[in-house]
Order: sequence, then structure tokens, then C-alpha cells
Amino acid sequence: MDLSLSTRTVGDRTVVEVGGEIDVYTAPKLREQLVELVNDGSYHLVVDMEGVDFLDSTGLGVLVGGLKRVRAHEGSLRLVCNQERILKIFRITGLTKVFPIHTSVEDAVAATD
Amino acid sequence: MATVELRFSALPEHVRTARLVAAAVARRAGVDEAVLDEVRLAVGEACTRAVGLHLSNGVDAPVRVALTEEEKKFSIEVGDESPTSTGHAPGSHPDVDDEGESEDEMGLAVISGLVDDVEVTTSETGGVIRMSWPASPQSLVP
Repeated sequence: MDLSLSTRTVGDRTVVEVGGEIDVYTAPKLREQLVELVNDGSYHLVVDMEGVDFLDSTGLGVLVGGLKRVRAHEGSLRLVCNQERILKIFRITGLTKVFPIHTSVEDAVAATD
Repeated sequence: MATVELRFSALPEHVRTARLVAAAVARRAGVDEAVLDEVRLAVGEACTRAVGLHLSNGVDAPVRVALTEEEKKFSIEVGDESPTSTGHAPGSHPDVDDEGESEDEMGLAVISGLVDDVEVTTSETGGVIRMSWPASPQSLVP
């Protein structure tokens, strides 16, 4: 399965809906998308991972890179994920402390801290 | 001798194939369904690392994956032929930025976080990541 990406705007947030597998082959597409959004002035991103079937460290690297980019503009990058097998990877790598992880897009969009 | 052996060109698009094959052989070997996700992720990380090492060091050789069904365990060896698997020779990563470096470290961190039995060895001729999981082969219906 390939990677699918779609974006939509909710208030001042940009929601990036990701589906499929994020690995060494597909992660560059996600990186391009995040870089493009930041270059276009979207600094508050919500990455919806509910449709993600597989995530590896390359994908984590891209998300961390995205976080660095939005933070350079005092922005934010929030994740939406309820899947235990994906959450486990964030826990193993200690990234649950780095990313705010929400249970729904509504929740992530409403968050302000 | 390995139950299934795989050699693939060191290109990112083939890592998924290695994951699928490893998971299929692991399932047949009797690895618990709940652990198959870990097998898939760990072998993907090991292959991603090997592909990265081959690409950044200009190694043309394929990446090797050996999947072996043993009596009570299932083991996977992922071998690269990159001479500098640990550390990086000065100037060997001209195109890799900080993100690339941290991904490589994160890959190993994921593997060691997931797999209890793991061993990483390196030599002048390349490196090998060996991992194994408990397996209890059932008498499978043909």
C-alpha cells in the first residue's frame, strides 16, 4: 500500500490526513508535504494518523523534522492517533514527550497549550 | 541453512517487500500473531538501515535477509556489505543532513526497544543485525 495525503484547513489549523504506510520509500512524500505547508505559511499543523497502517523510524524522523520547522515559526505540530501499534513506536523512542498526541482531530484543533 | 533467503537491490522501494516476506515466514514458523507487527517493524528498520548504509557508501551489492525457522525460535539476519557500519567515515555522508543521521540512530533504538534478543555486529566487510523471537510451530494443516 502506498501513502495517501490530503490537507484541509480548520480555523487557523491545517489538518494533514495521512493514510497507508510511512516508511523509507514513502516518507520523503510526507516530508515534502510538511515542508511545502510551512513554506506556504501554515505553522499550526495537525497530522491525522488514524489511517496509517505502518510507521517506522524514517516516518518518525520526518515528523520530528516537521516539528522543528513549525517551531522555528512559533507554530505547533499535533498528532491524532488511537492505534496502539503506532503509539508503541512513539513510546519506545520517547517521542510521546515531544509530540502532543490527541484522540481526535476535533480535540487537536481545539487544543491551545 | 536459512528457511527463506532474500537478496534485494539496496533501494528504499524494496524494504516493504522484505517486511512482507519476513512476516509471512514468521507466521508460518509459529511466531505469535501479536508479535508479527514487531517482526515486521524490526526487519523493516534493519533493512532501512542497510539500504541507507549501501546508498551512502556507494555499495552496489544487494542487502541480504535470512529468515530461519529453528526448533523453538524464529531468527532473522539482515546483512549489509558496507565497510563502516558503525560510525561514519569522514565525508562519507555528503548528502545526509542531521535528520538522516538521527533516523539511523532512531532505527536502532526502535529495534532494541522492540526485540529482546538482538545483536549488532560490524566488521570490515559489513555488518549484521541478528534478531530472534520465540516460536511454537503447530502442526499446520497443509
